[in-house]
Amino acid sequence: MAPLTAFVLAMALPAVASAFGQDFYVGFASRILIMAMLATSLNLLVGLGGMVSLGHAAFFGAGAYVVGILATEWRGVGNYALLAWPLAMALSAALALIIGAISLRTRGVYFIMITLAFAQMLFYVALSLKAYGGDDGMSLSQRSSLPGLDLAIDSHFYYVVLALSAAVFMLYQRLCAARFGRVLLGIKDNEARMESLGYPVYRYKLAAFVIAGAVAGLAGALMANQNSYVSPNMMHWEQSGVALVMVILGGLGNIWGGLAGAAAFLIIEEALSAFTKHWAIGVGAILLAVVFFAPRGIAGLWTAKR
Amino acid sequence: MSGVLLIEQCLNGIQFGLMLFLLAAGLTLVFGIMDLINLAHGSLYMIGAYLAATLTQATGSFLLGLPLAVIATAVIGMVLEVSVLRHLYRRDHLSQMLATFALIMIANEATRAIWGVQSLTLNVPEALSGSVAVLPGVTYPAYRLLIIAVGVLVAMLLYVLVTRTRMGMLVRAGASNREMATAMGTDIRRLFTLVFGIGAALCALAGAMLGPLLAVQVGMGENILILAFVVVVIGGIGSIRGAFVGALLVGVVDTFGRAFIPSTLRAFAPPSVADAAGPSLAAISIYLLMVMVLFWKPQGLFPSRG
Repeated sequence: MAPLTAFVLAMALPAVASAFGQDFYVGFASRILIMAMLATSLNLLVGLGGMVSLGHAAFFGAGAYVVGILATEWRGVGNYALLAWPLAMALSAALALIIGAISLRTRGVYFIMITLAFAQMLFYVALSLKAYGGDDGMSLSQRSSLPGLDLAIDSHFYYVVLALSAAVFMLYQRLCAARFGRVLLGIKDNEARMESLGYPVYRYKLAAFVIAGAVAGLAGALMANQNSYVSPNMMHWEQSGVALVMVILGGLGNIWGGLAGAAAFLIIEEALSAFTKHWAIGVGAILLAVVFFAPRGIAGLWTAKR
Repeated sequence: MSGVLLIEQCLNGIQFGLMLFLLAAGLTLVFGIMDLINLAHGSLYMIGAYLAATLTQATGSFLLGLPLAVIATAVIGMVLEVSVLRHLYRRDHLSQMLATFALIMIANEATRAIWGVQSLTLNVPEALSGSVAVLPGVTYPAYRLLIIAVGVLVAMLLYVLVTRTRMGMLVRAGASNREMATAMGTDIRRLFTLVFGIGAALCALAGAMLGPLLAVQVGMGENILILAFVVVVIGGIGSIRGAFVGALLVGVVDTFGRAFIPSTLRAFAPPSVADAAGPSLAAISIYLLMVMVLFWKPQGLFPSRG
């Protein structure tokens, strides 16, 4: 029931915000949901499959660049959301297939480092795209277009993001409940055992990696729309680090871990920045406290209490 | 390509590689012995550079400011180990990454709060600002030669420390089998603190020595940290010898890439493309090197554990 209540409350947000004249919060909520999608896709890898990737932002950035490049190269048609967003997911999935196929031959610390290496390579590729702004990034003149909606209006865009993020959470839940998720959990627990039980471990992991990459690409496409801006920094390893922080903060392997982590991180950041420009010290201190006092994350605290 | 340029770039590569070694030596020991992924290692490098700049200005002498900064950073490192990092050794890599990522945020923001957003300048000492003839007809900046000399000296000292002293023996024992070393009565805790202090001191030395060549600014640690991790992984986690070879390899490949890839590209691509893609290709070459090494030698060049 709780998810449904939350969804109804989320539906009402734009109306409530505009009643109080606080339209800023609609865009803010979109940002939270988009980061929640990114974090949830990473949670599929880390929480479910035990694959700690420190290069997940590469797929996020790749999705954003697809939207940006299509919009500049192919005015009009390139702006269609129904074309650009699936293409963003497809490119990110293809990159994830290549990077995953190589990276998944390693494990543990080496997997962390090799995903990081690949993400850094893509980061430098983005830096070299001088036609698309190089290290300055590129501004988008308008948001993608969807039939029947005007995405330039923040509340319309918010509803689209809400629907897509709800779909991602449902996908995560279904994957967890399905055989696929059970096998991934088994692999996380004991890879050798699953291997000897006859499961094609490598293929399961690669499939998870590709799904996570595609969802991250979608999140990137949406973030490009939200900010009307794309830059190489979306692929920087610190962005991957932030996504990982959100997952751990929210709760590893918990369906709501990605959402809780993204919401907590962005809200803390927003709240502290109202008091001091050195808010990052506060965020850091809170993260340290989470490591030592709430090792199962925020969503973990919630389930532990019940 | 002329011989003079080649010799110059070789020296530049060795010089950069030796500074990377100073960073990687501490990182690989912490990584190998304590099994700790310390993302905040780059922050110690930044703090060292800032302290060196400030103390040099305060004392009016680089020769006085440098050792003071190294000692101060070592103390900061040991305090950090005792207060935070010590409690992370037994935790999983994810918690370690979250906690040390939090430390990066705190360190960066605290640096901004103390020193401001402007980057500091650290000037080359007057006596070393000239050039020296290393070969007939080949001159090289004296300060860069000093960096090479210091790097070689420290590498030799470390070699003697690790292979010829009682403390080095305990460090090696701890690296190859922590439980056994503890069971044989080694006070691992105190040893770890000391090792961490030495690692921090080496970071500060690298930061201070590179300070006059690069800008002393917030964020300087994050970029070089990734390179240091690449060095550690290439060399084999926990191996000082591996870190040395890996650092020189990365330093030379990076420098040669930057020096020669853009000019080579210009031979068969339009200058605008070559100028944009060249530096990126050079940066990518390092990560490619790491992926290739991991592909052939999954444990790195000098695996330290059997």
